[in-house]
Amino acid sequence: MTQRNNLLEVTSANIPRRLLVAGLAAAPFSAALAQFRVEVSGVGLTQLPIAVAPFKGDLQSPQKIGAIVQADLERSGQFRAVDASGPQLDETTRPDLALWRQRAADSLVTGSITRLADGRFDVRFRLWDVVRGQDLGGQSYPVTQGDLRLAAHRIADFIYEKLTGDKGVFSTRIAYVTKAGTRYNLWVADADGENAQSALASPEPIISPSWAPNGNQLAYVSFESRKPVVYVHNVATGQRRLIANFRGSNSAPAWAPDGRTLAVTLSRDGGSQLYTIDANGGEPKRLTQSGSIDTEPFYSPNGRNIYFVSDRGGAPQIYRMPATGGNVERVTFTGGYNISPSISPDGRWLAYISRINGAFKLQVMELASQSVTSITDTTADENPSFAPNGRLIVYATQQQGREALMTTTLDGKIKARLAGQGGDIREPDWGPFLKQ
Amino acid sequence: MKKILLALSVVAALAGCSSAVPLNEPPVSDARPTQVNPNTAIASAGANPNNVATRQVEPVKLDNSSDNIAGPNGVGRVVYFDYDSFTIRPDFQTLIESHARYIKGASNRKVVIEGNTDERGGREYNLALGQKRSEAVRRALGLLGVADSQVEAVSFGKEKPAETGASEDSFAKNRRAEIAYR
Repeated sequence: MTQRNNLLEVTSANIPRRLLVAGLAAAPFSAALAQFRVEVSGVGLTQLPIAVAPFKGDLQSPQKIGAIVQADLERSGQFRAVDASGPQLDETTRPDLALWRQRAADSLVTGSITRLADGRFDVRFRLWDVVRGQDLGGQSYPVTQGDLRLAAHRIADFIYEKLTGDKGVFSTRIAYVTKAGTRYNLWVADADGENAQSALASPEPIISPSWAPNGNQLAYVSFESRKPVVYVHNVATGQRRLIANFRGSNSAPAWAPDGRTLAVTLSRDGGSQLYTIDANGGEPKRLTQSGSIDTEPFYSPNGRNIYFVSDRGGAPQIYRMPATGGNVERVTFTGGYNISPSISPDGRWLAYISRINGAFKLQVMELASQSVTSITDTTADENPSFAPNGRLIVYATQQQGREALMTTTLDGKIKARLAGQGGDIREPDWGPFLKQ
Repeated sequence: MKKILLALSVVAALAGCSSAVPLNEPPVSDARPTQVNPNTAIASAGANPNNVATRQVEPVKLDNSSDNIAGPNGVGRVVYFDYDSFTIRPDFQTLIESHARYIKGASNRKVVIEGNTDERGGREYNLALGQKRSEAVRRALGLLGVADSQVEAVSFGKEKPAETGASEDSFAKNRRAEIAYR
């Protein structure tokens, strides 16, 4: 009980945000909060003030639902947490909205978690519009203990969508790779980096995981046969098939939006060139015919174009061509080293890595205007990947000499370090929305 | 009856989190969530076909790969490259000639040239740069009469450094192509 009081004190809205975050990180009772940190920079942020009351039954629950919901909402950059201390509320309570107006909360979340007779948990919540005094709805999730975090992420998705109009991405999944000693692991984790499950453990490197549009399969490059080959792996069953194991190197898999074709980089005909290959395997079709490096394909969301990296101009730059090959246009013109293109789901933004004065920096370009923004303070950024709602980017970088995964808003103002396994962590790929 | 209930609860457990049920009834102060009837919950879970099994991840387990078998006696197997360079330096010509003689004399041997880069830059782009190095060695062997069918050029990019460390010295030791006999 005293620990709960600590939490309530620490989350007081009077405390500056940085302190608040540090306080939560130091709280020993919550692994969820101990492992991530939200950094806010810049001014003029419009964030919706929301109070997430501790869920009734949270203290007895293996997962602190209210805290997970609040962390999700904060990480999105769209919400600011408001002090939610006070008498215990749950989804059945009609709260005193005047009190919450006084605390300047626009919305209030209440809920409960109850252990059912069969050992599962019933997680319930209700969302209130404090300003208008309206009940915005609620849900009940009867779940196993292993799905408690998922229930919390679904609640955060519900709230996010109700209040911003965009779909939430909290219940989506992220794939990433860790290296610990000489062991490589491919992980599938929740969008907050928690709840990671190993899909592949190998003594040889694994790179470039890429989610299929259906969210059930991952393509990736594994060096387990002492050369890079491309697998397609069903994450639910652990079954996988070799999709590209040709003479030379096979790498950089990218799914077409229809999920039927992958673009890959093969060196089977000499040099690294782009090919397409059927998702069920078969003979690759060559897309580029250059004497240069062509690699890192990425399909535009409408499937019509492929963005890729080529050094055909003497240094690596990002180019675009029709998905069937042909007319190539250059896309990046600033700087002498631009790699790892990723396009937002609405087709509007290009995220990529640029070498600037020896540092590798995440850049975001608005494709229509070609205006570029550098959105990080770090110097070893790698491999950006957009959230399926296009509001966040996950990327790998280094902090204090260790590899880390970060999420950022597209303007760079809100960043969060994701939880992860021990060892170095890299190669994130944000999965699609999953059918519920 | 007990059996049926058990079966239902297993189904419900598998159905997992997907069974979101809208709370349509207005909040009533005396409604207590502890009174939720498990059977109601089971019914709602069954109505939602998505099950937790699709979120399960089953790992693949691998054995260690077999080691290289050495090539010509007393000859190095590593060709080093200058920064941003993919051409073979004259000081490695003798090494390549020795391997060419050995490979030509062992027509059943397969050789894999493994290109590598230093740690700077992207993983995939470095994989392509390492490929340029391995293909440079393959071409040099080919010029000396080695059959193309005996040599495969692959790349490890920056994934398998010979030395860890961010010094110029480490970088130089990592910009290399290794000749591996299999």
